[in-house]
Amino acid sequence: MDAQKLYEQLKKVQEPKGYYFNDDKKRTLELLESLIKNKERYGYMVCPCRLASGDKEKDKDIICPCEYRISDVEEFGSCYCNLYVSKEWNQGSIDKEYVPERRPPEKMF
Amino acid sequence: MPKVKIYSLSTCSHCRATKQFLSDCTVKYSFVDVDLLEGEERKSIIEDIKKLNPRCSFPTIIIGDKVIVGYKEKEIKEALGL
Repeated sequence: MDAQKLYEQLKKVQEPKGYYFNDDKKRTLELLESLIKNKERYGYMVCPCRLASGDKEKDKDIICPCEYRISDVEEFGSCYCNLYVSKEWNQGSIDKEYVPERRPPEKMF
Repeated sequence: MPKVKIYSLSTCSHCRATKQFLSDCTVKYSFVDVDLLEGEERKSIIEDIKKLNPRCSFPTIIIGDKVIVGYKEKEIKEALGL
């Protein structure tokens, strides 16, 4: 699996749900490459911007798309790592703020 | 120029952007990619990060005595006096 292929596969599934890839394609492909790397490393596509424990049960809330994507895109127009964004975020009609970590600290091992 | 240290992940886009930004500003920094560490070394670094940033999120950037969580260009510039 390469990043471009993953891009095309996920785009088809995620866009109809209202989740668009960041139109900074270089950054998006880098994040997708990191997801592939994490799949090789841990066996599942854990968020590239979070530290995984390696235990799938403990990491399940941060497997991409993570549990926090809905709230983050709703509030900030982007998920935590800026992979999935809203149409407005890509259009530049909302401010591109740094998305704070929403995962509760106690989930961090 | 204050000392700059970054706790980062090798896969994280915000960490990469932070390192790139510092390099563009010709600021010297040291970093640890925590996801590449294993065993006791990893545990001990995580404990160090939690003292600075209880959420243990990345990047955690230490500039002099300031701790900045996340790639926040404005705050980083201010802390560096740029």
